[in-house]
Amino acid sequence: MHDRTIAELSAALQKGDCSSVELVSATLKAIEDAEALNAFITVLPEQALEAAAKADQLRAKGQAGPLTGIPIAHKDIFCTHDVRTSCASRMLDNFAPPYDAFVVEQLQAAGTICVGKTNMDEFAMGSSNETSWYGPVRNPWDQTRVPGGSSGGSAAAVAARLVPAATGTDTGGSIRQPAALTGICGLKPTYGRISRYGMIAFASSLDQAGPMATTAEDLAMMLQAMAGFDSRDSTCVDQPVPNYQQALKPGALKGLRVGLPKEYFNAEGVAPGVQAAMEAAITTMREAGAELVEISLPNTELAVPVYYVIAPAEASSNLSRFDGVRYGYRCENPVDLEDLYKRSRGEGFGEEVKRRIMIGTYALSAGYFDAYYLKAQQVRRMIRDDFTRAFADVDVIAGPTAPSTAFSVGEKSDDPVQMYLSDIFTIAVNLAGLPALSIPAGLDNGLPVGLQLIGQYFDEGRLLAAAHDFQQHSDWHTRRPAMDR
Amino acid sequence: MQWEAVIGLELHAQLATKTKIFSGAATAYGAEPNVQACAIDLGMPGVLPVLNERAVRYAVRLGLALDAEVAGRSVFARKNYFYPDLPKGYQISQYELPVVGQGHLDIDLEDGSIKRIGVTRAHLEEDAGKSLHEGFVGMSGIDLNRAGTPLLEIVSEPDLRSAREAVAYMKKMHALVRYLEICDGNMQEGSFRCDANVSVRPVGTEKFGTRTEIKNLNSFRFVDRAINYEIERQIEVLEAGGEIVQETRLFDSDRGETRPMRSKEEANDYRYFPDPDLLPLEIDSAFIDEVRAELPELPDVRRQRFVEQYGLSNYDAGVLTASRELADFFEIVAAQADAKLAANWVMGDFSAALNRTGVELNTSPISAQALGALVARITDNTISGKIAKEVFEVMWETGQEADAIIAERGLEQVTDAGAIEAVIDEVIAANPGQLEQYRAGKTKLMGFFVGQTMKASGGKANPQQVNEILKRKLDG
Repeated sequence: MHDRTIAELSAALQKGDCSSVELVSATLKAIEDAEALNAFITVLPEQALEAAAKADQLRAKGQAGPLTGIPIAHKDIFCTHDVRTSCASRMLDNFAPPYDAFVVEQLQAAGTICVGKTNMDEFAMGSSNETSWYGPVRNPWDQTRVPGGSSGGSAAAVAARLVPAATGTDTGGSIRQPAALTGICGLKPTYGRISRYGMIAFASSLDQAGPMATTAEDLAMMLQAMAGFDSRDSTCVDQPVPNYQQALKPGALKGLRVGLPKEYFNAEGVAPGVQAAMEAAITTMREAGAELVEISLPNTELAVPVYYVIAPAEASSNLSRFDGVRYGYRCENPVDLEDLYKRSRGEGFGEEVKRRIMIGTYALSAGYFDAYYLKAQQVRRMIRDDFTRAFADVDVIAGPTAPSTAFSVGEKSDDPVQMYLSDIFTIAVNLAGLPALSIPAGLDNGLPVGLQLIGQYFDEGRLLAAAHDFQQHSDWHTRRPAMDR
Repeated sequence: MQWEAVIGLELHAQLATKTKIFSGAATAYGAEPNVQACAIDLGMPGVLPVLNERAVRYAVRLGLALDAEVAGRSVFARKNYFYPDLPKGYQISQYELPVVGQGHLDIDLEDGSIKRIGVTRAHLEEDAGKSLHEGFVGMSGIDLNRAGTPLLEIVSEPDLRSAREAVAYMKKMHALVRYLEICDGNMQEGSFRCDANVSVRPVGTEKFGTRTEIKNLNSFRFVDRAINYEIERQIEVLEAGGEIVQETRLFDSDRGETRPMRSKEEANDYRYFPDPDLLPLEIDSAFIDEVRAELPELPDVRRQRFVEQYGLSNYDAGVLTASRELADFFEIVAAQADAKLAANWVMGDFSAALNRTGVELNTSPISAQALGALVARITDNTISGKIAKEVFEVMWETGQEADAIIAERGLEQVTDAGAIEAVIDEVIAANPGQLEQYRAGKTKLMGFFVGQTMKASGGKANPQQVNEILKRKLDG
């Protein structure tokens, strides 16, 4: 049952081959069996089964939509009414919000059933899912390896076919990089395409929610439900939502101008196996009729340093609200206000979060603000301009999602800079606010390699169509991990 | 040495919006703690601010009234610091690009001249909550009802040279925000408060002295006392060879002195940066025109009109236009009676009665309409000014109409010349000695005869007629 896509499950439900209750029961069983992956922080069996029963009733009344009764999981960064929303932090281990995130509302309205909240890097800060207060998530392809991060739990759950789809958030690659490392598809939409309301902020000018699934078609179905305007988020853009499934036209690669940035292909540190997979993927696209254009994104190497000024700066302020005063973790027996602050935050946050709060606080400090924050904003504009220039000649930009396949648990956790470099190809996209997706495009030593496609603002339809067509010409997306390792 | 004070004020006007600046929670004063704080005001995870358009409209109103530049593009910034009543760990304010730029406000000086005070800027920001220290043992209470209430911080240039000027400026601004209906001006509830920056320098020097900031002054009297105290203190320190420490001070109204706030170990670095949750605020000329069209007549313009239309002195016009309510009140009174007489009554007996009883204008037992009717009876000679005072007292006590009181008590003025003459004849006949003295040249006794006549008529004789007839008869 769980090898099937949303599109297939939707058809099966519609035909009556199975019920949503059966589907959700099987999902819950699969999650239980795969406990070793540590993909979930919270599983919601009663709530999910109850919702499944209602979905079946709706279907019986002929009121089902394409996503009605489909089990999904939410990254634990999305607020869920009365359900613990921890952001994988000790700070919010006891926190159950009195409201739902926009994304949660939208997917619920579309009929999906949330079976649980997935593990992640603490406050989405990490590229390996090792910074979680609830322990690391394991990669289903090799459990000694990381699934990537920060949406590592969602990626592992989809890769292991526990759920057909899950939500993620992407601030510097947190949807695309784990999708690549676990052999699934992940889409980071244009900044402002999906409301951030109820999504716990890491870096507000970069954070974007998106879907993770096994096919481009499923991403389209999920995005359809997730996208839309919401007046509660001032940075959300009031732009009509196109029909993404209709955009999945056969032969979309034919005549598509695909830009290949030389900085992405000859980059130092790109593993040979990743390079080889990219060459093969390019061949597939060419054979499908794509027109390949070499382009340049000259400021590529500046993206990581700029990101590690802007994102921590915003985070240092966004995370100030976690002070032990109103909700969340509070230290035992504080002697005074300062002690309450220092120990609540010192004990409630993990090492990586504290590191980024310190970096960000430093970057915003009097005397350093101009040299770091302002300069970073200037360079951010240069990076965006690189893309604008490139898109004058091409329709999409292609390259590797990550420089290497999944690394071992613990391999980079003592070397933050090496860890940060694993997002080198994804970060610039967030700085520019563009949409991009990652799809499976090969295996290197039995581990998945991701192909990243970057599109123009609000051009998700074309990206999804290109990815969908690629999947008509390849079968990498159908490969799944053998879970007995 | 002769010293000169240099003062700048930061005025915080709470904008009279129904809801908060970034959330839909109510702003009404006096509710139970924490019932007017929604998830946004509480700084819950994942929730986001959405700007209240009305707050922007109010800021633009002030900008236009101060003849200031309204910024086409302004930016909200985060001011980061930790405090229990600051839920997000930062206050959303405006820093480098405020919504209102350079403007000015004219104040009247004692000598009758006008001084132009520069306004540096005015910016929008959210208020914090309130820490409650009473009634909690070993803990503090936090009330977040006020968190997110819209404030307009109006910063003056250091153009003020005395506490008097500072108070005049503050009063003028206070009247202005109420004219504009952007702030209720209630100082007891903290809707209008003041931080004062004070320094002194030797007269004739250019360079400013080191300043101190006195925080949270919530009455005109406190502003006056605190600034005067601080000027004296700084002069004393300097004359004793000491130095002024740049610091924040609090005014203790019980002792009438300023004291340094508990000294912090390190200076706060607020780490201002643009709030990424809010887009830059863009205001186009169409919006500005729309706001301009809804502006009321401004105090200075109205004052000038009072001088021209009603023939009032500049001073009286200034008193009457000091608040929009009083000016409106006066115009209703003046519509029914002689304008100058109306002005005297509004500024005189009526204001005195308000002061004496501590009643606010809007709850006065005598409406403008009713006062106008009373003054009209003087203008049309139905009663004398003296009787009118009696009638006024009864009106104040009972709320009755002037005409009813006059009729009920038979207070109508006697204007029948024959009747007055008869009274006068009696008075003259009864005082032959005084008559003799008068005729011998002691004409000051005219007042005596007038008084006797008025007394004999029960105060109802028309004074002008009494004077005329008396003069004729005495001089006879």
